[in-house]
Amino acid sequence: MNEPILTVRNMRFYYHTEAGPVKAVDDVSFLVERGKTLGLVGESGCGKSTAAMAIMRLLKPPGKLESGEILLDGIDLAKLSEEEMRQARLRGISLIPQGSMNSLNPVLRIKSQLLDGLLDHGETMTGAEKLAMIKELLEEVELPVSVAGMFPHELSGGMKQRVCIAIAISMKPKLVVADEPTSALDVVVQRQTIATIERLRQEMGISIILIGHDMGLMAQSVDHLGVMYAGQLAELGGMVDVLKDPLHPYTKLLIKTLPLLAERGHFEGIPGITPSLLNPPGGCLFASRCPSVLPICSKEKPIWIEAQKGHCVACHLCKEN
Amino acid sequence: MVALLTLKNASKVYTSGMVRQRSITALQETTLSIGDGKPRITAIVGESGSGKTTMGMLILGFIRPTGGTILFEGKNLWKVSRPVWKEYRRQVQAIFQDPFEVYNPFYKVDHMLEVPIIKFKMSRTKRERRVMIEDALKAVGLRPEETLGRYPHQLSGGQRQRIMVARALVLQPKVIIADEPVSMVDASLRATMLKSLQALRDEQGISILYITHDLATAYHISDNILILYQGRVVEAGDANLVITEPQHPYSQLLVGSIPWPDPDLKWGEAEQVTVHREKPSEFGCPFAPRCRHVMDICRQKAPQFYQTDTTRAVECFLFQSSPILDKDQIDTVLCSEYDRVQ
Repeated sequence: MNEPILTVRNMRFYYHTEAGPVKAVDDVSFLVERGKTLGLVGESGCGKSTAAMAIMRLLKPPGKLESGEILLDGIDLAKLSEEEMRQARLRGISLIPQGSMNSLNPVLRIKSQLLDGLLDHGETMTGAEKLAMIKELLEEVELPVSVAGMFPHELSGGMKQRVCIAIAISMKPKLVVADEPTSALDVVVQRQTIATIERLRQEMGISIILIGHDMGLMAQSVDHLGVMYAGQLAELGGMVDVLKDPLHPYTKLLIKTLPLLAERGHFEGIPGITPSLLNPPGGCLFASRCPSVLPICSKEKPIWIEAQKGHCVACHLCKEN
Repeated sequence: MVALLTLKNASKVYTSGMVRQRSITALQETTLSIGDGKPRITAIVGESGSGKTTMGMLILGFIRPTGGTILFEGKNLWKVSRPVWKEYRRQVQAIFQDPFEVYNPFYKVDHMLEVPIIKFKMSRTKRERRVMIEDALKAVGLRPEETLGRYPHQLSGGQRQRIMVARALVLQPKVIIADEPVSMVDASLRATMLKSLQALRDEQGISILYITHDLATAYHISDNILILYQGRVVEAGDANLVITEPQHPYSQLLVGSIPWPDPDLKWGEAEQVTVHREKPSEFGCPFAPRCRHVMDICRQKAPQFYQTDTTRAVECFLFQSSPILDKDQIDTVLCSEYDRVQ
């Protein structure tokens, strides 16, 4: 039972451009425990969405999965054929896309969009079963049944996001990848949406990867938290450990940028910019911005170590436990 | 002192349909003055559709109010002469949300900074112009040699957004309207951007209207906060008071939903998702259908502002024992943190 639902080992995903390969995800390993939520945070361009999409195998050339294993419940998704992968999506692993505003088809009614995936995966249903299914799915995400006959433009942003959640859970997948599911919503709707995802996780035993840039949202809703920087994982551990006892200097600085309730007016930016992933410098990619940089940092790439129990980091400052 | 800009009972109603007219009140009788000598940051906070951007557009003169007036140095903005209008255009500057959309990709960023200087005849020589641009870039923490001569696509989102601030700065404005200036910028840069907004207030004496949906950053950088709900200001006052002890039930809901990045500060009991919401009565409080403390009176008539503190007013019947504050006197509760801290 304690076997993780998803194990990603040494995943490398590069975009092959005319100027050379862009190492969008470079040697990333993590796992998602059964029934838990893993949060992946990072700034735009850090590779968090690419990592999520690469797991779903939804990226097209020039992007290419260079190496690595993506074990979903023991099956390596990286080795599946295109058709097998298509069947695995929605049934084994599904996506709540970024920007619910644009991910629904504007000319189809909600009911046909809810059923589309099910029918495509070979479910045969009678008319009555279809109606029952639509009703059940809408109830799961707390929408009135009347939404079924509506078009996406008749719904608010929060309602559209709920429709996307309903589609994602329609085949009771083992893992749901939520890519910034609430980035376009205001705080109240954001909280309600996260509460719904959380309830579904508990009721249906789904595991979740939550991608986002909002540390606050992560602090409210995830069990484990990974911090990505420039295509690599900088730190990964229990959410409370990472936020309260960060090990990587980047995580420490990132936490200082956050507006806290207790310390009004205290927050600092991180000077410098992210290195280009086209020809990344050798050594640690954060070295040029790091306040506690050592001579070794620009020469050697730090290895991924477990510095404390269940708390991994890639930094020369940390020693293996 | 006459404030540089004043919204006086300004309303904006959008009507649609020719036969059966429907109207949507985007902003209802709002009063606010900006730039009355004391530089301060005023945050306008609300959910999407609350009228916060409408308010910004009214102040920027992009749309005409359908009720009330907008005063520039005490004169009706929509009746002033051309030279005064031009002066208004110089003194009131804007920063917009999307640092990707505002640039013309065919021009180098220099163009963006030169055009306003030329249009407003701010410089006599090319050399003078260059100095002005470099000063403005330095003021927002950019190195001119790394920025000028480049095309927008060669710069990061944070750099572009800071160039937008620099563009506003070259005109030496008194007021900047910043509509969601950091919502598309990363956390590490967001803090830097917000710091530079504060620096504009403290060093250049510029007043800023910070329009946002992000209460956490509003709390950190603003002196005052106005919370908007369906085109009405429901709570206004000192930022610290409004966030740490919100009084209006809607403010409480908003503040309770802020995802603080602190595992010890968890969200409280989530608001029940109410889909079949009753329509707010035409006369009553617009928040009544969602309000936990709703009373009969809330559905019968709209509440007035009650001044619950020297630096706060709330539009809610729960506080009707406090003295009534006239709608157009709302400015009196807005004070400047700047004065207190200095």
